Amino acid sequence: MNDLELLYRQVIMEHYKNPRNKGLLDDPTYKAVRIKNPSCGDDITVQTKVENGVIKDIRYDGTGCSICCSSASVMSETLIGKLKEDAMTITETYLNMLTNKEFDTNVDLEEAIVYRGVNKFPARIKCASIAWKAFEGTIEESE
Amino acid sequence: MDPYILKKDFPILDDKTLIYLDTAASSLKPKQVINKLEEYYEKYSTNVHRGVYNLSYVATEMYEQSRRKACEFINADFDEIVFTRGASSALNIVASSYGLNNLTSDDEIIVSELEHHSQVLPWQNVSNITKAKLVYVPLNKEGRITIENFKKVLNNKTKVVALNYVSNVMGYVTPIKEIIKLSHNVGAIVCVDAAQAAPHKKIDVKDIDCDFLAFSGHKMLGPTGIGVLFGKKELLKEMPPIEFGGDMNDNVNLYDATWKDSPYKFEAGTPPIAGAIGLGAAMDYINDIGIENIAIHEKKLKDYTVSKLLEIEDVVIYNKDAETGIISFNINSVHPHDAVTFFDGDNICMRAGHHCAQLIIKWLKVVATLRVSFYLYNTIEDCDRFIESVKNARDFFKSAGF
Ligand SMILES: Cc1ncc(COP(=O)(O)O)c(C=O)c1O
Repeated sequence: MNDLELLYRQVIMEHYKNPRNKGLLDDPTYKAVRIKNPSCGDDITVQTKVENGVIKDIRYDGTGCSICCSSASVMSETLIGKLKEDAMTITETYLNMLTNKEFDTNVDLEEAIVYRGVNKFPARIKCASIAWKAFEGTIEESE
Repeated sequence: MDPYILKKDFPILDDKTLIYLDTAASSLKPKQVINKLEEYYEKYSTNVHRGVYNLSYVATEMYEQSRRKACEFINADFDEIVFTRGASSALNIVASSYGLNNLTSDDEIIVSELEHHSQVLPWQNVSNITKAKLVYVPLNKEGRITIENFKKVLNNKTKVVALNYVSNVMGYVTPIKEIIKLSHNVGAIVCVDAAQAAPHKKIDVKDIDCDFLAFSGHKMLGPTGIGVLFGKKELLKEMPPIEFGGDMNDNVNLYDATWKDSPYKFEAGTPPIAGAIGLGAAMDYINDIGIENIAIHEKKLKDYTVSKLLEIEDVVIYNKDAETGIISFNINSVHPHDAVTFFDGDNICMRAGHHCAQLIIKWLKVVATLRVSFYLYNTIEDCDRFIESVKNARDFFKSAGF
């Protein structure tokens, strides 16, 4: 399989076709952050509910390519139920992995590890990042 | 014209596997232009209009010689050619200088959904500030600006008509000459965005009788950072400068100053000297081939590619009858960004997105499109490899479950 096949065949298509936690809630206990990439049209809003230091729930909605939309779904599944600090560590590790920076391989990225292949497609790193960046934003907002 | 020979002039194409189909965003540059830039930097890289020594004189001569070449290129007069950073900055000069100083809430500005952001946003700004009304020409079914529809929005309140000559998404040629004639009949001036016309089409500003016209060097084999604003003498003369600084002024007093005549009034500060000289070399290159020959070649490649794409199931083309070398399309149910990564894997450079023209993308009711655009260095083999890649992309995404 070539790089592209690897990238698409795995979790990405599954989540693109069957997105988890999609659809926003009209609930003020959630913090929301929207990130757009105007040059390509990716547009994702993430909502996070934190309770007693735990990521209670994450919702998202938006439009974009398969990498962008699937990564939002994977992000929500990976982070729901985690301690806030752990969720932030995973996010940081994930973003470092995407951008070819050094990252802590001891941190369990769970399914999100498949996006490692994206670093072979530098033009797509942004697609795979924006949902996670939006999540980071919701935590900063709640602090 | 022989694209196989011309290709050799483009150092980037030394990579025989590379297929460059994104000229509408920026063209590749031939060594004749690159060498000219090097000549300036190596032999006479001094400022213009300032030094009284010989080298500065040489630089000034070369800079002004490029202005004369630009005049010939579009049949303008010497003092009607302002060098700018590009088409965007040229169109902004027209909007900020002419627009902000001549329009009021009683007036109307005609634009279209087919415009690049560089044409529509400066006029949107003028409209917001002056309260002049922004009016959109309804596009026909194909997405074209037609005379019939233009007449529906033109009236005695129209003061400015700001339209493209060739669309960067649809590749349509606007019937600009007739539009200009109709506009002049009601006393409106016409500002033409020729960024996609200048590289591919003979422009004669006297024949079409436009009031302003703008284009960029980098889309027509020239350097980045240089563009041209054409303006009719009488209009430029009355317009105030919008940037102030060195070289554009005449006499400077404590509380007022006077300006040089056009074009210098609009060229504040050290201009893109190397860029202007390089643009002159690009125009020479195009003239040597003959711009009509380039247009015929591109159209041939485009028609061939469209005919092949039409045979591929799941490919939707948005502009199959375009007159120029631009094809906008999508592969059903595949996001253009996913598709373009596949093409990148085959070393095919092309564009995915809204092409800085969100209004036409919204008009098409799609999230984005794929776009290929041809130029003189493309060959039938490029088209064949591209078509093969489209088929493979379609199969790949289908099998992945898209
Ligand atoms: C139709 C059209 N107008 C204006 C522009 C703006 O040109 P530049 O970015 O060189 O200023 C472009 C380039 O993308 C274009 O295609």
